[in-house]
Amino acid sequence: MGSQRYLIGKIGQALLTMFFILTFNFFLFRVMPGDPVTLLTKTSNVELNAEQQQQLREHLGLLEPLPQQYVTYIGNTVTGDLGVSTFVDPGEKVSTIFFRDFPKTLVLVGTSTIASVALGLVLGIRGGWRRGKALDISSMTGSLILYSMPEFVLGILFLLLFTKYLHLFPSGGYRSVGVEYTGLAYVIDVLNHMFLPWITLTLAYIGEYYLVMRSSLLDVLGEEYITLARAKGIREKFVLRRHAVRNALLPTVTLVALSFGFVLGGAITVELVFSYPGVGKLSFDALDQKDFPVLQGTFLIFSVAVLIANLIADLLYGYLDPRVRSMR
Amino acid sequence: MSVLSLRDVRVTYRTKGGDVPAVRGVTFDIAKGEVFGLAGESGCGKSTIAGSILRLHSPGTRIEGEILLDGQSVLDLSPGKLRAVRWTGASIVFQGALHALNPVRRIGDQIVEAITVHNLAGEKEARVRAGNLLEQVGLPPRRIEDYPHELSGGQKQRVMIAMALSCNPSLVIADEPTTALDVMVQAQVLRLLKALQRDLGLAMLFITHDLSVLVEVSDKLAVMYAGKIIEEGPAERVFHSSVHPYTKALAAAFPEIGNTRFRGRPEGLGGDPPDPQAIPEGCPFHPRCSEAFDDCSKIVPELWDAGEHGRRAACLLASGAPVTSKGASL
Amino acid sequence: MRTDAPPASDLERPSASANPRKIAGARRRQTVARSWKQYRGNKLGMAGLLILLFFSGMAIYSLLADQSGLSKIRVTAESIAPCTFRDLPCAPSLNNPLGTDADGRSVLTLVIHGSRTSLFVGLAASVITMLLGSIVGIVAGFVGRFSDTILMRTADFLLVIPWLALAIVLASIFRQNIFVLIAIIGFTSWPGAARLIRAQTLSVKEHLYVERSRALGASSWHVISRHILPNVMPVILANAILTVAIAILSESGLSFLGLGDPLRVTWGTTIEEAFSRGATSIGAWWWLLAPSFCIVLVVLSFTMIGYALDEIINPRIRER
Repeated sequence: MGSQRYLIGKIGQALLTMFFILTFNFFLFRVMPGDPVTLLTKTSNVELNAEQQQQLREHLGLLEPLPQQYVTYIGNTVTGDLGVSTFVDPGEKVSTIFFRDFPKTLVLVGTSTIASVALGLVLGIRGGWRRGKALDISSMTGSLILYSMPEFVLGILFLLLFTKYLHLFPSGGYRSVGVEYTGLAYVIDVLNHMFLPWITLTLAYIGEYYLVMRSSLLDVLGEEYITLARAKGIREKFVLRRHAVRNALLPTVTLVALSFGFVLGGAITVELVFSYPGVGKLSFDALDQKDFPVLQGTFLIFSVAVLIANLIADLLYGYLDPRVRSMR
Repeated sequence: MSVLSLRDVRVTYRTKGGDVPAVRGVTFDIAKGEVFGLAGESGCGKSTIAGSILRLHSPGTRIEGEILLDGQSVLDLSPGKLRAVRWTGASIVFQGALHALNPVRRIGDQIVEAITVHNLAGEKEARVRAGNLLEQVGLPPRRIEDYPHELSGGQKQRVMIAMALSCNPSLVIADEPTTALDVMVQAQVLRLLKALQRDLGLAMLFITHDLSVLVEVSDKLAVMYAGKIIEEGPAERVFHSSVHPYTKALAAAFPEIGNTRFRGRPEGLGGDPPDPQAIPEGCPFHPRCSEAFDDCSKIVPELWDAGEHGRRAACLLASGAPVTSKGASL
Repeated sequence: MRTDAPPASDLERPSASANPRKIAGARRRQTVARSWKQYRGNKLGMAGLLILLFFSGMAIYSLLADQSGLSKIRVTAESIAPCTFRDLPCAPSLNNPLGTDADGRSVLTLVIHGSRTSLFVGLAASVITMLLGSIVGIVAGFVGRFSDTILMRTADFLLVIPWLALAIVLASIFRQNIFVLIAIIGFTSWPGAARLIRAQTLSVKEHLYVERSRALGASSWHVISRHILPNVMPVILANAILTVAIAILSESGLSFLGLGDPLRVTWGTTIEEAFSRGATSIGAWWWLLAPSFCIVLVVLSFTMIGYALDEIINPRIRER
């Protein structure tokens, strides 16, 4: 069946891309002028003499021939060994650090993306359907402004407004320090801390989804099958639901998937603004302290996340559009 | 009583650049079982008329005059009544079935939708009917499960025809139904339309720019230019013994294979149709007309008698036109 | 029910007596004049243009006012305003309309000089992106087949990589200066542009006159420069404008993360400094909001201009 072929094809493609990402990641860190160890000693405060440097090199497996290193790297990564952090959490396994920090980012980015996409699409449909009315114009203006704002600027605005001046929310972190909450109180505490970064990320991208959905819907409304649907005597709201929206969703899904990479980028800056201890802040710390194993790991994680998001989008698209499912 | 009756219909679009009078006073009738052909170049207003009959234009469009479908005035209908009349009173076969079918829904569903929306049958019955309709247009009933992209251009057009017949309309409007098709497929679809029209006794409004096609299918024919009818009458007569120079040019542009009259090369017509917002003084065609003379730029022609059987032409050369001093031609 | 006007090229009637190059030039000038007239009617576009002119003026003023070449603003005795008090930034006053930063420098001066670099980075990165994207897009669309597959697969792959993660890694490897920044932003944005341009090239290629030209024996180069390029150029231009907006946003993001050029002042680096020196907890809103406001306004202006251009190029959008 066409659908199965499509499914398998897309998953296969994703796996292949994953492999390329791993390869890319490997070579990325070997592009540096000078090897990792020299860079380590140059950019940090660690003092190592020549012999110690050579020992470190051997320990890190840098003395092996390149192809050997490559194979080791792939093998390690696939089995979950991402190396050991040097500065952020010295000695701690990178994978452990991720297990600690990634869920926080996942919850933040996951839920805000869902909210952002859902709201953006619904408003976009309304705006496109009732073009020119008050709702459309105000939404468009709001969307344009939000679209032109860097996420961290929005975050800083909220920080100033709600934390500094209105004292409504904490200034950052994941939970209150010095107090041990349990159960419901713990959840509320976390939500309290998560709210500002969450609303920042949601609002930061809503504009984009709104504009894309609206424009896509307007494109579809000009098609002949919409006129035909009306000519058949179908009520306006069913014309919208049964004919227009389903077609308008197609390019929107693609574009939403494409923008996921930017959403993750935004997560990094927003986590920084609110000191939210997720993978974003982690990568910033790793950058700051030149912790290459962690950096390599975060790069990998972000790429895989975008890959999975794209895969989901592809599958969704296949469900919505019968044309791609057919055997050509 | 005619199935369709238009009286001095004027349609004006509202655009950013001002009002565009696409149709400037059109009158005709279509009787039961009659095929009425409407011809003209792009932009002459013929497609606008098709959309006006079911009021499919955008809300800003102004439609004046009288449009009677089965005796009912379409322009006075409330939205609910209008929706009821759509497809059951008159249906449309669109041009370019490329995008006239919703690409993400099965064609069976789209036909069934037309039937169930008007409560003509339940879901199951409607599906059976859809299969029967496909058979009528020469497609196997099992294809109701197909998506539009799985059909060829000709097959899609057949589906459009089947869909148009689904609610037993009194009038079928065919808006350039064969223009986007290959010549061979065109012939097939035309044959199908003729057969169906005959068997079901349908009234049909056939719109196209190809006069030779109209001669084959229509009983009566009208030629439009710049928003008005400039010649009308029995199809054969209008085509073979045209009065208006525009009709002559149009007929010459689409030769009939086998007709000795067209032994020479097909001739085109120089120039372009006028901008609806800048229609020339007098006869709108006179700047392009090879037989124009002085009075043509001064007098606005009306449809004067030009022969028997309701032959009329809006040209000073018509036999029923007022006598003018034919000065030296331009 | 739609009356599609034929593309302008179909109405060309070559006249044997006139010089073809002169005709082409005159026609091009006509198109530009017509487009400008259309553009003038677009309120959003005009507003965007005005804002852009304002900031360009600011940047030019900064160029003329600061004779030292690089926009290094050091804390000198002259630049300290008489209100610094215990390392706290001063609120806006008559002396300093936008207040000062923690070192006593006037925020207004920072913003004005930041405009120069911020705009420069945006424009330069956009140029790189559009150049790369155009070459890849046109080659992929025009030559097709194998090169198309390779180029587009590469582009798709790069699109999967989240740009900020890549930028962080690259910035940590190379030195931190403005040209590296421009390169990073420029080289991570080309896949998007390439896809768009390829799509446009494909649709132009389908027009018969390209085939006819080939049939007449025209070389590929001739076809590209005479037929493809002029018809793809509007899309390239509109996209270039939108790319500048994204580049400015990117630069501000990278600077905020501390990856900007430490020797230069941009709006992004100003925000970064303000934030890392606790402006939010102190409540020095002017220090944070003035550069932020500038970024938003400039990006907004480019976006509005880009949309206005889009409307002119794509007539279907105009009806919206």
